[in-house]
Amino acid sequence: MARALINLPKTAKAGDVIEIKTLISHPMETGFRPGPDGRILPRNIITEFLCRFEGEEIFRAELFPAASANPYLTFTTTATRSGTFQFTWRGDGGFDQTETATVTVA
Amino acid sequence: MIRSAVLVLAGLILAAEPAFPGGIAPSDKRSGLAEMGPELQAMQRDDTAHPGMLWVQDGADLWARAPTGGAPACSGCHGEARASMRGVAARYPAWDARNGRPIDLQDRINLCRRTHQHVEPLAYESADLLGLTAFVATQSRGMPIAPPEDPRLAPARREGRALFEARMGQLGLSCAICHDDHWGRHLGAAAIPQGHPTGYPLYRLEWQGMGSLQRRLRNCMSGMRAEPYPFGAPDYIALELYLAERAAPLPVETPALRP
Amino acid sequence: MKSDHGAGAISRRHLLAGAAGSAVLVTLRPAGAAPANRTETTESAIRRFAGDAEIRSGRVSLDLPPLVENGNTVPLTVSVESPMTEADHVRRIGVFNEKNPQPNVVTLHLGPRAGRAHVATRIRLADTQRITAIAEMSDGTYWSASADAIVTLAACLEG
Repeated sequence: MARALINLPKTAKAGDVIEIKTLISHPMETGFRPGPDGRILPRNIITEFLCRFEGEEIFRAELFPAASANPYLTFTTTATRSGTFQFTWRGDGGFDQTETATVTVA
Repeated sequence: MIRSAVLVLAGLILAAEPAFPGGIAPSDKRSGLAEMGPELQAMQRDDTAHPGMLWVQDGADLWARAPTGGAPACSGCHGEARASMRGVAARYPAWDARNGRPIDLQDRINLCRRTHQHVEPLAYESADLLGLTAFVATQSRGMPIAPPEDPRLAPARREGRALFEARMGQLGLSCAICHDDHWGRHLGAAAIPQGHPTGYPLYRLEWQGMGSLQRRLRNCMSGMRAEPYPFGAPDYIALELYLAERAAPLPVETPALRP
Repeated sequence: MKSDHGAGAISRRHLLAGAAGSAVLVTLRPAGAAPANRTETTESAIRRFAGDAEIRSGRVSLDLPPLVENGNTVPLTVSVESPMTEADHVRRIGVFNEKNPQPNVVTLHLGPRAGRAHVATRIRLADTQRITAIAEMSDGTYWSASADAIVTLAACLEG
């Protein structure tokens, strides 16, 4: 499992626009770089990031080799009710990881 | 892998006078953090945006995880790192009485593993050693670097200073020529920092990951076209001792972030 | 560095690396690290994103440090003026580069649930170049902004 860091407010008022910050440990090997033996290292990147709230997609990103190693994405959502966010990263080599975080909306 | 830069020197370096005899005036002393642009400073200062925190969090898990074989986890003896490890990184390298030599923080961790946990040392630059060292050092964040006044450290510290000032490699440079005499100037577009090891292990954008002070010193030696010492060599510990004295009392920044 | 230029105005200007005139030391990337042949032109990637639609300058803000200290990790923030309602919101934002081996940087899918069209990420820049962000709105119009970034090279590389 790759280490992921997710930061969002634990509580929010209904209607608040909250910021969600995500970081995940991944080399994002571009597929354009030679390795120690001079041969091009095969591409190994995260190609998709998806954030869902209670099953509904609220944000998605398609990533390319131009994304930095240990990809960082910050985005916003409007708090409507208490519930669980699901964060999914998918990529080369069958990479598929999901993390969750909850928010309490008063 | 040979990925070394090709360095072409102008006569300036040989001609210039040192800015301050023997190094840097105390009032001029500053961390490499100050040389970075506002975006990278912000990246270091925000734990929720700092990629080095991925390693620190791994280290926090390792701290609490007991090795196989029934020996205690780090936390089994030391408890909460927040209390027990506060200030530790600020005084390393330190004297290891058992082996009669100075050791740095990653050596301390590996000695602890061998002696108390009965497991193999973690490899230099492994994610586990970097993570655990960074986690321990992060507990000293904000504290002034405070090298111990242990007279047994003095010979190695002197040796470290001699290494820092010795010309080496095909370019005939020394650490001091850049970091004592020419800090604040530029190599190409990059600012020359004073070279204080305030935040190791740190996240270097050039590495796209975390690395130790020894890895950084190896980079500098490659840059001077000198043959780097192997990881764990006593020469690094000597340099680290001198660098800590030279950096004091700047605050510990681990995990720092640098370009 | 902020500027507003439509995608149609993407130029091929080659900006000179900063401080070259005062350099005491010249750092050359080894040939192996040079960008490979591009997989696609920037124009083609933009047309795959926006089709034949007109791309107008405005409504999009793109922030990059004007002087990049290391091209491996360049903070990028993009935001779009939009009420982000069901009736009027940003659907997608495409970010494109000029000189990396591949022209796509990131493609973001948003909706009214976002509340604001404001996204931050970190990107790689192989060289000094212009970055363009294009937003597709819910009414089918496209808006764009571009920003130039000067990429400097680290003085001491891994040996």
